Amino acid sequence: MKSAVVLLPGLNRDRDMIAALTKISGQVPATVWQTDTEIPDVDLIAIPGGFSFGDYLRCGAIAARMPVMRAVAEKAAKGVMVIGVCNGFQILLEAGLLPGALMRNASLKFVCRHVKLEIANANTMFTRRYQPGQIIRSPVAHHDGNYFADAETLARLEGEGQVVFRYAEGTNPNGSINDIAGIVSEKGNVLGLMPHPENLIEAAHGGSDGRALFEGALGIAA
Amino acid sequence: MKARVTVTLKNGVLDPQGKAIEHALSGLGFDGVGQVRQGKVFDIELTGTDKAKAEADLKAMCDKLLANTVIENYNVAIT
Repeated sequence: MKSAVVLLPGLNRDRDMIAALTKISGQVPATVWQTDTEIPDVDLIAIPGGFSFGDYLRCGAIAARMPVMRAVAEKAAKGVMVIGVCNGFQILLEAGLLPGALMRNASLKFVCRHVKLEIANANTMFTRRYQPGQIIRSPVAHHDGNYFADAETLARLEGEGQVVFRYAEGTNPNGSINDIAGIVSEKGNVLGLMPHPENLIEAAHGGSDGRALFEGALGIAA
Repeated sequence: MKARVTVTLKNGVLDPQGKAIEHALSGLGFDGVGQVRQGKVFDIELTGTDKAKAEADLKAMCDKLLANTVIENYNVAIT
């Protein structure tokens, strides 16, 4: 299984994502730059976290309008898996590949800690290696992770099982509606989440709860 | 031509920054401050002279970039 990582100025978790994908898949992912209009033939495209374009205007707003994102949208339409982590999630929302918006944390504080996540839907290509309702640990590090969607969109997301990760009770770090931490697209091949599973994949990280996400997506034996 | 685009949060969207400003204002002793909502202002210079075209362009700019219409409303004023 091949993967590609999108690079944009201001991202700072790109090396973590490349390291995680390399360690888990055994293959170094291709990298694509913001001005690239073609993405190589891969099974998974990852948009890492960081502060693309300095978070100017709105988090992810400028990045979402770069040429590479048109290429990502075309691949997503063809069913290629896309995962956006943290700023990558913000970019996917701004690009319209996922519904809703991410706003400033309700506390107004940057949060950098571990949270507990509940697997709200284990029946997706990203979560199939987890059990429904399983509680896993994951790092978060963000200032704008407060997910919001209008009532109609929210009802659709909940009704269709598109809410995939939820902050476990009492650990919501940002005030997001319905404790939403991650959602998938209608077709299920685009995932956006605020937590950083790529930062919890081996003993050196103090745990490997995030590993099964990539193993599931890439179809790699645990 | 000059234009001013104002982007504000939609009703019903929580605004923790506005809330913090509201508390800070009352902390400074300003009585009678109700709700505060924070928004953005863009002053844009336009080279054309066709006002109708400018208005249409500005609306497109708002829809495509300046506002996130999931959570924000916008207003365009040409001066």
